[in-house]
Amino acid sequence: MDDSRQIALEARNLVKDYPGLRAVDGVSFKVPEGICFGLLGPNGAGKTTTVEIIEGVLGATSGEVYYYGEIAGSRFRQEAGIQFQNTALQDYLTVRETIQMFRSLYDRQANIDDIIEQCSLGDLLDRDNRKLSGGQRQRLLLAVALVNRPRLIFLDEPTTGLDPQARRNFWELVKSIRADGATIVLTTHYMDEAQVLCDDIAIMDEGKILTHGSPENLLHARYGDKLINLAHGEIRRPNLEDLFLDLTGHSLRV
Amino acid sequence: MFKRIFAVFVARNREFVRDRSSLAWNLLLPVALVFGLSYAFDGQRDEYTVGVLQAEAEIDASAHPFLETRYVRFVPYANIDDAMLKVERHQLDLLVEIGPPTRYWINPTATKGYFVEFALLQSTSTATSSVIKEQVAGQPVRYADWILPGILGMNMMFSCLFGVGYVIVRYRKNGFLKRLRATPLTSFEFITAQVASRMVLIMLITTVVYTGTHLLLDTRMEGSYVTLFVVGLVGAISMISLGLVVSARVTSEELAGGLLNLINWPMMMLSGVWFSLEGTGETVQTISQIFPLTHVLKSARAVILDGATFAEVAPSLGAMLLLSAVFLAIGAWIFRWEQY
Repeated sequence: MDDSRQIALEARNLVKDYPGLRAVDGVSFKVPEGICFGLLGPNGAGKTTTVEIIEGVLGATSGEVYYYGEIAGSRFRQEAGIQFQNTALQDYLTVRETIQMFRSLYDRQANIDDIIEQCSLGDLLDRDNRKLSGGQRQRLLLAVALVNRPRLIFLDEPTTGLDPQARRNFWELVKSIRADGATIVLTTHYMDEAQVLCDDIAIMDEGKILTHGSPENLLHARYGDKLINLAHGEIRRPNLEDLFLDLTGHSLRV
Repeated sequence: MFKRIFAVFVARNREFVRDRSSLAWNLLLPVALVFGLSYAFDGQRDEYTVGVLQAEAEIDASAHPFLETRYVRFVPYANIDDAMLKVERHQLDLLVEIGPPTRYWINPTATKGYFVEFALLQSTSTATSSVIKEQVAGQPVRYADWILPGILGMNMMFSCLFGVGYVIVRYRKNGFLKRLRATPLTSFEFITAQVASRMVLIMLITTVVYTGTHLLLDTRMEGSYVTLFVVGLVGAISMISLGLVVSARVTSEELAGGLLNLINWPMMMLSGVWFSLEGTGETVQTISQIFPLTHVLKSARAVILDGATFAEVAPSLGAMLLLSAVFLAIGAWIFRWEQY
């Protein structure tokens, strides 16, 4: 990764307390412009809470978020695109109307035909939102996140619940967005997804970041040239899943 | 700002108009109620009602034997013009001022007036010459004339409270509000769009229903249609604002439904939708003033039945605008986007 890149996003010592629970405990990280940054962790690790604080939809107990060196504010709202983990859209609206409605909320506006083509929604434009499959719906939610030509995109567990083919199609879509120069913040508990898409990752558990770096560097630092012996006699290189299990002691989807 | 408000306004209108069942319900329910109630109750007011012209709020039944007549409801009136208007419209069967000399006013075309007059004369021990009879003329106010504003007001109340309050709670619960919060849309813009959308839709529906029933039932209209429209518009704003207060923080549709019913039912019973509040206790009449629907119905009936001018309904419009300002201020103050 090129260290001279501008810092698009910086989280400084974020804390979020709920009664009897510290959900986010002093999280800090920097995301250089143009990379795909992955925030990994098991369910309940604090990934979504951290990202929602950064997105501005959840207030932090303490800590700050900077966008291109400024406290994240109105410019951030105009330039960030967000795909939440669970989002309902308005009933009875078509795919086209939904994209148009969200697009009208921004001063920066993407070309609507480009978004439709990029997200492969051409055949679905007149379909009611409620009649979309899981994969189609995720593509629409991504299209909604792209309506303002975002410089920074948040994707919160975007492939949860999708079948393997739909997941891979979605990965290709994310790669194409990244190739256009956008910075991506991806939260996921799929280690294969992170390995394919992310340039830089942070692994979280119990509200804290346990480790942070590029997947290759993290694996090398932890395992060097070690190989893993599998039960049936095969050997293989350690991957992010092994690193995750070593660090957290959790199975991935607990 | 206006572009964002307009985008949310259009999207909400589309959502409402395409929900055929809700749209049909909003259109058909009031029509069915007006027609059904008019058919069932027109001209079937069982109780005899007599106005008693006096300054005091309580009627002293010992003042005259007639006031002890059974099956007659005696309602005190301090203002003779108000009471005469009721006699003209057959809303009072007779108006009496206890003497001496005892005076009474009667509409000769009112059949029930004939029997009440008979009872009055029978109960008067002195010669009939000591009783002064005055005649007034006028066509009766039919039940349809009276109930039409009530039904339209009730429909408006349900649509404003549930159509705004319940919908915003649903948006909050399913995460749509959170999604909007992640955009440059402000809470003021969102609320403005919701108020504007519901206002336009409810005024459109109310105008269609009013025009249809007015033409089909040939209901009375003594005043100005423009004034009536303004009354409806201001009333809609005040009731939408009340819906916003309920929806500002609530995250559960069940709780929202309960709270809205807690408001709906007293408002429906104490605002004069089904029956006039005349003759009810002072406490009930005071409580009724806090409900926007009371002011809507009072103004609408004044325009429709009495031909009240804009200036004459201005105090009620002012009360509704004041209530709207209070509700909107509270709603905006406590509004939040997210569930937790």
